[in-house]
Amino acid sequence: MFKYQIFMPLSVLIIWFMLALLGPWLPLQPNHITLQNILQPPSSSVWLGYDDLGRPILDRLIMGARTSFFVAFWVMLVSITVGTLIGTISGWIGGYVDLIIVRIMDVFLAFPGILLAIALSALLKPGIENVVFALSVVGWVGFARLARAQTLSLKHREHVLAAIALGARIPRILRYHVIPLLLAPLLIEATFGIAGVVIAEAGLSFLGLGVQPPAASWGSMIRDGKSYMLYAPHMVLAPGMALLLVVLSVNMLGDKLRDRLDVKSQS
Amino acid sequence: MLSFLLSRLLSTLVVVLGVVTLVFLLIHLVPGDPVQAMLGESALPADLEALRTALGLNQPLLTQWWNYMTNLLQGDLGTSLYSKEPIIDILLERLPATIELAIAGLLVAVLVALPLGSIAALRKDSIYDNGAMVFSLLGVSIPNFWMGPLLILLFSLTLGWLPVSGRDGLASLVLPALTLGTALAAILARMVRSTLLEVLGEDYIRTARAKGLRESAVVVHHALRNASLPIITVLGLQLGTLLGGAVITEIIFAWPGVGQLTIESIQRRDYPVVQACILLISLSYVLVNTLTDFVYAWLDPRVRYSGSTTD
Repeated sequence: MFKYQIFMPLSVLIIWFMLALLGPWLPLQPNHITLQNILQPPSSSVWLGYDDLGRPILDRLIMGARTSFFVAFWVMLVSITVGTLIGTISGWIGGYVDLIIVRIMDVFLAFPGILLAIALSALLKPGIENVVFALSVVGWVGFARLARAQTLSLKHREHVLAAIALGARIPRILRYHVIPLLLAPLLIEATFGIAGVVIAEAGLSFLGLGVQPPAASWGSMIRDGKSYMLYAPHMVLAPGMALLLVVLSVNMLGDKLRDRLDVKSQS
Repeated sequence: MLSFLLSRLLSTLVVVLGVVTLVFLLIHLVPGDPVQAMLGESALPADLEALRTALGLNQPLLTQWWNYMTNLLQGDLGTSLYSKEPIIDILLERLPATIELAIAGLLVAVLVALPLGSIAALRKDSIYDNGAMVFSLLGVSIPNFWMGPLLILLFSLTLGWLPVSGRDGLASLVLPALTLGTALAAILARMVRSTLLEVLGEDYIRTARAKGLRESAVVVHHALRNASLPIITVLGLQLGTLLGGAVITEIIFAWPGVGQLTIESIQRRDYPVVQACILLISLSYVLVNTLTDFVYAWLDPRVRYSGSTTD
């Protein structure tokens, strides 16, 4: 195995994380408009040039990193918590409760891709909170389905039967004997989930349904740059490259993680 | 087979009912007064009341739901607030463009993924295999709303080979189809590779080779044919991502389909049209998935008798 296949994506993600976290303390001027700099190409002093309003693109890129990181963080937190809880309970209880929950999940899965998120963020007021809400509404189902499937097989395992026989209460059994065992597949799903959320947030912002100006998102930066592509390609190239790097890194780490943790593919 | 069909149809019906209900509820998610949101702050009270009555929003929720359902069954989706035309007519006018784009995207995906995945599997760990896997990793990671503009920059603005946007002949379909199909091609190529690798280890492949069949015949008739089941399943499932991606692709290329209509209607606050678009796209996806299951059952007799495709 090549070391750089882990080292490179990991460094990209650490930089992403640091920029998102430290953004407010850096001497940035993401909303500072200078008319004489409109569409200026990259130079040695301003690495990524200026956009159509004369704002420095590097500064906006860093604020965009902050947007995508926080959306990804909150969406994953909500989706994993809600999804795991519903999936585990559904799989454990079984019967009619399970049947109804599975049908509800089927309904959510019937909305292709980010369509439901588009609908939700369009009807709610646009803004970062509603992006998080919309993507969480879409995101929990994958985790719920996975947690349910795992629980269905786990609940017949001997250590769980032993816990039942010993008279452990159900919350305790789920907490100590079921959920720890379904963490590995959830972790793999979560990694690819981050990539999906980062693309979806940028996609919503590209459509004008995400964070609103003057706040920066890589997606809205691409949309703004689209009209000036012939004269100022750096406006589209810079945010797209950032997006690609982050998503690529997450996917690469996800692949490695799956190879490491997935027992099935090893056999 | 009949009982499989029936049970599958029944669960599809439940999902369709759920989807319609969820889409119906969407309008009630609008914060504050949805009618005010549609007409804007400066609307007259009389106009607000008129629209509220026209949309039936002043009736009890259950009555509204019942009316929505019965109208839907009669093909009545209401009228557009913007153009005052029946929504069903607008949708039918836009649908062919979206179907055309989706099929073209699907074709790109299959035509790229099948050879790429097969070569990767047949020459495992070679430079072809590595190349295919790098393509696949890049393909799933590159957002279509970035790839589209890049393709326009290269093929339309710089080289001048293909039109920038619009729907005018086959040439205008090339870039949107590439943009839409790449992600699916990447996922599919990986799937073809791993499934084929599994199948190539089977005894019947050894038998086929041992009886002196040409390698191409072994791969096409014996390996790919048996690998087709999981590939078809993935194709059916991923078609949803394709349909969702079509919305963004249509916006990039000003492709006059249902996706573009969705976003245009969002900008015009023409919520009944937005609802109808979301409904149409998701119901198409449900339909495709059900058809995929039927094809699967038709191809694999085991599914028919066990009565389930998922477990």
